[in-house]
Amino acid sequence: MTKTLPDLIPDAPLNLPPEAERTLPNGLTVIAIRRSSVPLVEVRLRIPFGRAPLAPATLLSQALFTGTSTLSSIDIAAELQAVGGGLAAGLDPDRLQISGNALAGGLDRTLELLAGVLTDATYPTEEVATERERLVDHIQVALSQPAHLARVALLKRMFGDHPYAVQTPAPDAIRPVDSGALRDLHASRVRPDGAVLVLVGDIDPEQAILSAEKILGGWTGAAADGLVPPVPELKPGALLLVDRPGSVQSSMRLALPALPRTHPDYAALNLANMVFGGYFSSRWVENIREDKGYTYGPHSGIEHFVAGSSLLAAAEVATEVTGPALLETLYELGRIASLAPGEEELEQARRYALGTLRLGMSTQGGLAGLASMYAGFGLRLNHLPEYSAALAAATREDVAAAAAEHLAPSRAVTVVLGDADKIESQLAALTSVERAAVERSTE
Amino acid sequence: MAPNIKIPATKYPVERFTLGNGLRVVLSPDRSAPVVGVAVVYDVGIRSEPEGRTGFAHLFEHLMFQGSENLEKLAHFRHVQGAGGSFNGSTHLDYTDYFEVLPSGALERALFLEADRMRGPRLTEENLRNQVDVVKEEIRVNVLNRPYGGFPWLKLPPVMFETFPNAHDGYGSFTDLESATVEDAQSFFDRYYACGNAVLSVAGDFDVAEATAMIERHFSDVPARPAPVLPDFAEPDLTGERRESYTDRIAPLPAIAGGWRVPDPIATFDDYLPFVVLAEVLTDGDASRLVERLVQRDRTATSLGGYIGFMGDEYQVRNPTALLLQAHMPPGGDAAKVLQTVDEELDRLAADGLKPGELARTQARMATRALNETDSVLGRALPMAVLELQRGRPGLLNDLPKLISEVRDEQIVAAAATLRPERRASVEVIPGAST
Repeated sequence: MTKTLPDLIPDAPLNLPPEAERTLPNGLTVIAIRRSSVPLVEVRLRIPFGRAPLAPATLLSQALFTGTSTLSSIDIAAELQAVGGGLAAGLDPDRLQISGNALAGGLDRTLELLAGVLTDATYPTEEVATERERLVDHIQVALSQPAHLARVALLKRMFGDHPYAVQTPAPDAIRPVDSGALRDLHASRVRPDGAVLVLVGDIDPEQAILSAEKILGGWTGAAADGLVPPVPELKPGALLLVDRPGSVQSSMRLALPALPRTHPDYAALNLANMVFGGYFSSRWVENIREDKGYTYGPHSGIEHFVAGSSLLAAAEVATEVTGPALLETLYELGRIASLAPGEEELEQARRYALGTLRLGMSTQGGLAGLASMYAGFGLRLNHLPEYSAALAAATREDVAAAAAEHLAPSRAVTVVLGDADKIESQLAALTSVERAAVERSTE
Repeated sequence: MAPNIKIPATKYPVERFTLGNGLRVVLSPDRSAPVVGVAVVYDVGIRSEPEGRTGFAHLFEHLMFQGSENLEKLAHFRHVQGAGGSFNGSTHLDYTDYFEVLPSGALERALFLEADRMRGPRLTEENLRNQVDVVKEEIRVNVLNRPYGGFPWLKLPPVMFETFPNAHDGYGSFTDLESATVEDAQSFFDRYYACGNAVLSVAGDFDVAEATAMIERHFSDVPARPAPVLPDFAEPDLTGERRESYTDRIAPLPAIAGGWRVPDPIATFDDYLPFVVLAEVLTDGDASRLVERLVQRDRTATSLGGYIGFMGDEYQVRNPTALLLQAHMPPGGDAAKVLQTVDEELDRLAADGLKPGELARTQARMATRALNETDSVLGRALPMAVLELQRGRPGLLNDLPKLISEVRDEQIVAAAATLRPERRASVEVIPGAST
């Protein structure tokens, strides 16, 4: 007996949560959003960190919570825990980001501890030495991971001598960084000017802003210029084959040009990416996983930095089918760049893109991440309905035009990391290949 | 130190009923966001797979996505994602879950999809061979081609346990995976994927009466089949310390993991819960005992973790299970020294007790974590389904922050006193790659 798939009930209009925003006299922008689903508050603070020296900036992000003039690292951790809180810092090429959460009743205490670190971090010598050794060890481990090594090689190829080309410091660059260097960097770059604090949770937005103003108002000082120059255009050339002897898979990476979120054609490009490889029900995944079994989790997506965006496609494929997997990848890119997508597959991708926006907004953590990420690009949550409308309006022709411009395989920068002796001839049958050794020292 | 903060609770409503064919259903409505989570869990996992078929429970999970009575291959994925949703499945020691999260207007579609494969997946030779290839690539990504692959969840059980169900590699050997047949898959389905052996759970934006009608519409004609008898996987505790090591040819630095058996998580939940809290007292954050000592003071470890259950699913695992500690070490690190220091700290805790405020702050942070997980519809649908399946108690999810906050100092001390070296199994990673 054949049963019929139930119809979908159309979505209600997008509802944005209540929020408040203020830029404080010290230059810090505070955005507070109410979502009271659970009695927690999410905290995200983004501090512009573009062009900061990589090794000290990376160590600073690891050592930020190691002490103030009144609290040790253990005191800070214990006091945060006491209100159910936890905070951690991370670095990307544009920003230092501090993220965490706490019980909603612990918001003020969490902000006090955060303020203590921002205004009074002392970087004690012993604790910094511990964090330095840990960071070196973590990077050593990263350098044994194929995904990391492939990314290192790809970034280098994409960005040349632009600051984005190297995003992980070499162990040898970290070893000489001392407490004094961290204090200097903190003094020049951990500043409120241009920083954005996002608070989301079971809070009164106005009250949360008043708390932030009272507690973080004493964090002052002008920020150094962190403007990152625009990224260079991608220079497609020979496929870069990075040798990793003994590798039982090959890590395939392709970079293509993309558009920033605010570009009028961005929604069409994003839909083109979806149809190609941006979700499970895409042509690329259905081809190289579900039809051919070459790989487990191929994926493509658009990565945004402040100074430029790129489309990245990644797959870990079995060594013996590395050439065939590249062949299918080039075929699928060529197909999306040359022929308009089908009506039905475009509608499916569109509904997926619209649905995932709603799913992403349905938790405190999701909202906080979205609001903070948007703020980093000068956008607010009110960009969501605009972007939804653009997704809904993009036609087959729009998507085909965006794909032709951005997804053409002739525009790709390609890196494959794997056992070169086993895969070089497979790859050389399809394109010109340039072979390199793994670069373990990244600076 | 700030005064103790009050541990809040959630009050997610919970409705339970059983269809005529034996399918148990849990509903937890919450209309605060226009999304819905659907989970179906089956009471079969890695521990139930037959000898000679390691990895079969997970391989079978893949086959459940390859089409069913009214759905061609690829249709499940396209229907979920074409409704704006996401899907996945995962195989655990004691259960296998399948789930979707979608805009709320797609609830009935998700129920249709789950009911269709509950009636029976399309098991074909072509799909089986394709998914054996996919699973082998999954194992290469997650185990064979990366440092510390399978550490410790695949590496410690064979040291700690004697019997095949508890000790074997749940991802499976390539030989066993390649030997799997369509007949194996059909008999696995017939035996374990009975609706009497499953729970359906829905959380999020729906009306209970409407959802109940939809569930009856789509699931009530799934043929009734009884659940198989639940096996007992119990093993006697260790009678002496066990230590093993292996060389990881990709890993650049040494690591060590140790485990101790803990009380039955279901039959003796009150005795078990203090061990869950103890793992956090020992390892949660820079102010925890073992991080302070091993990472900050001695620098004999660079990172440290502690948790219960080999897959970190402390409220969704049956007996036997273990409290695990794992540490990554600096170059030349001494695993014996790390274990000895852990023993010293456990002795100190057992002898001197906790410091003022130490337990309360750990409990506050655990409450935040628990509440954070329940904020997503799947963070409610999935655990509620498993709590119903294993305990008949989905509402435990609401009670956990409070129950955690009621654990007392003396229970932590008593739990710590049981973690003796002679009851410990450990496995050391010897780095095989140069740095």
